[in-house]
Amino acid sequence: MEFTFSDDQRVYQQSLAAMLAKEVAPETIRGRWSTASGFDPGSWQQLVDMGLTAMLIPEDLGGLGLNEVDFVLLAEECGKVALPEPLVDSALVASQLLVDLVRCNSDFASRGTELLQQVAAGTVQVAAGHMINPYLNFAAEADWLLLGHGEEVHLVARDQLQLQAQKSLDPSRRLYRVAWTPSAASRLVDGQQGAQLWRIALNRGALGCAAQLLGLAQAMLQQAVKYSSDREQFGRAIGSNQAVKHLLADCAVRIEFAKAVVYRAAYTTSVGPARADCAVSHAKVAAADAALLCARNCTQVHGAMGYTWECDLHIWAKRSWALDKAWGDNGFHKNRIHEWLLNPRALLGAEYTFGASNRAFDISTEPLTAETSS
Amino acid sequence: MELVYTPQQNAFRAEVRQWLADNVPDQPLQSFDTREGFEQHRQWEQTLARGNWGMVTWPEAYGGRGCNLIEWLIFEEEYYRAQAPLRVNQNGIFLLGPTLMEYGSDAQKARFISKMASGEEMWAQGWSEPGAGSDMAAIRSKAIREGDEYVINGQKIWSTRAVFADWVFCIFRTDPDSSRHKGLSFIFVPLDAEGVTVRPIEQLNGLPGFAEIFFDNVRVPVFNRLGAEGEGWNIAMSTAGFERGLMLRSPARFQQSAKLLLQLYRQKRNDILDLSIEDSVVRCYMDAEAYALSTYQTASRLMSGGSIGPESSCNKIFWSELDLQIFTTAMSLLGARAELLPEAEDASDDLGNWLDGFLFAQSGPIYAGTNEIQRNIIAERMLGMPRK
Repeated sequence: MEFTFSDDQRVYQQSLAAMLAKEVAPETIRGRWSTASGFDPGSWQQLVDMGLTAMLIPEDLGGLGLNEVDFVLLAEECGKVALPEPLVDSALVASQLLVDLVRCNSDFASRGTELLQQVAAGTVQVAAGHMINPYLNFAAEADWLLLGHGEEVHLVARDQLQLQAQKSLDPSRRLYRVAWTPSAASRLVDGQQGAQLWRIALNRGALGCAAQLLGLAQAMLQQAVKYSSDREQFGRAIGSNQAVKHLLADCAVRIEFAKAVVYRAAYTTSVGPARADCAVSHAKVAAADAALLCARNCTQVHGAMGYTWECDLHIWAKRSWALDKAWGDNGFHKNRIHEWLLNPRALLGAEYTFGASNRAFDISTEPLTAETSS
Repeated sequence: MELVYTPQQNAFRAEVRQWLADNVPDQPLQSFDTREGFEQHRQWEQTLARGNWGMVTWPEAYGGRGCNLIEWLIFEEEYYRAQAPLRVNQNGIFLLGPTLMEYGSDAQKARFISKMASGEEMWAQGWSEPGAGSDMAAIRSKAIREGDEYVINGQKIWSTRAVFADWVFCIFRTDPDSSRHKGLSFIFVPLDAEGVTVRPIEQLNGLPGFAEIFFDNVRVPVFNRLGAEGEGWNIAMSTAGFERGLMLRSPARFQQSAKLLLQLYRQKRNDILDLSIEDSVVRCYMDAEAYALSTYQTASRLMSGGSIGPESSCNKIFWSELDLQIFTTAMSLLGARAELLPEAEDASDDLGNWLDGFLFAQSGPIYAGTNEIQRNIIAERMLGMPRK
């Protein structure tokens, strides 16, 4: 039992944080809002250069062979700066879905491997459209799209589909409704396998959301602490008032108790993504709770400034409001946990926090009688 | 990161489970806030001590097993799973014990720790005074040095289990000219010493769970002082660190309550009309698990050489509010019969101990530093917000 990140994982996190702090300032994000695509190829290239598009792809398929535990801190950093680029969905969901497809469809292996090498090198972008999300963020930037038809998984070139832009509350997000016609040629796996792959993709997508929400929450809290320490009324900093302190202390508590939940979900996804439903749903709910509380309380602490376009806080608040609903909303994820808690086969109790026996938390295959210690 | 128990840890769990299965009393003990119940719980402490299970993290020399923090968490999980009796000496073993290990002389450790571990000596805490509650630095009770003794005069209040305990560990002002955090010392007083008067205070459930203690020219040897004279505040803060931090409320306690809540919910869910219950039950289960995960993470960090950090102030708010939510939700599930006391004729097994726990949960956000004080600490020390 070892619940810490390695030095390597922390170093990678710090170097990404340093790069993002330099390259993704609020002015940069605001500048992106007035461009047609909202996408900056130069910024994307920097993420590619850091190995982020390659890191989760296995080594035998041309990547770095790292896993979700390595990635979760990086996704958190993307949230801290409210990174507009769809890196988390791309690296954590789309390219890993491609990997899964290569593994389970031998006819697709050589073409898929080639595609993954291009994805790793940053010369090609692949996006994954999951049925739980009505719109696909930055679909127009993708060269290839992985799309669902019922439970089948299809790979479709961008010029084979129609995109209808939909404006989002968060001007950094570029949503598209995707219209397309499935064909035998575009189908990679059929229904039975497809259902499992989409379920895994959803767990990865929701994990990525949770990690970003955790980062968004911390960034908002940091801004509100600074503002309340600088802003004076009645001759003293407004942050010296208990009413203000307690608003932000509540944010800190929610953040603190979302962290380990998100990290556990990353671990569980890395060892068994099909068995990670509850761990991921817990992470999504906990991180969204923290981010929504921060959006509310930190806006309040900023006073009238918090309600202006000029104040940067809404960059993070709006992303939080959007991601709260992405990859399954609060109701979807709580219901997954509720169903499990009512399942007569559920393993309940402290000894099962990390799943039964020497295995990660398992929703689908554990018998009721399993015991950790006997 | 490797969130899997080792074979050794699984073997340890099995050993704990077996011992508890063989030794936990079949019938629940009476409340330890009655004389009889207190003595029953003392006997249970002695049973634990005989098996060297009293305080598993302590060194073997003091009756412990030298367990690391992960093993401690496993022990606690099994302890609550077995519904073993609550720890009547928790002020001693969880708060004073670790402080004694850190600040005590060898002679003091030899004198106090083993008897604490064996259940022979039960401890109460004497910090608050009528004028020094949240503002603990306003302590006025004095311990004035006379030769090899201190002469103590003053009053303590809200001393949990002081009615039946043997000893109390206190903070007194040893420098009469001092103020606030300076000039305080950490001193142990036997509750049967001449000049000590203990006046029980009835709690919300009608039992004398805490007490007022009056000191009238009480004499104790200088040997009873922990750490240097004038260092009382710093030592007390380190005790408070254990209290708010890791040891006082292990996550297994809340996971066990959340599990029982879920069982109650499974029985009653078709009878309830309150739309918020379903959400509340799910939230209780998630939050109990979140507290466990966070504690495992802290334990791992401490074991790999890290420190506990100011973020541990978040713990007390989280678990005390979780506890309230668990028991409030249980009361909602029980509906109009929730108010029945166990001795009521119509009270039956389905009411369990929920009412008792509900009353006790009201105290969680108050004791060990109110949650308002905790929020100030988080804002100022963890977030760095301005004090004034």
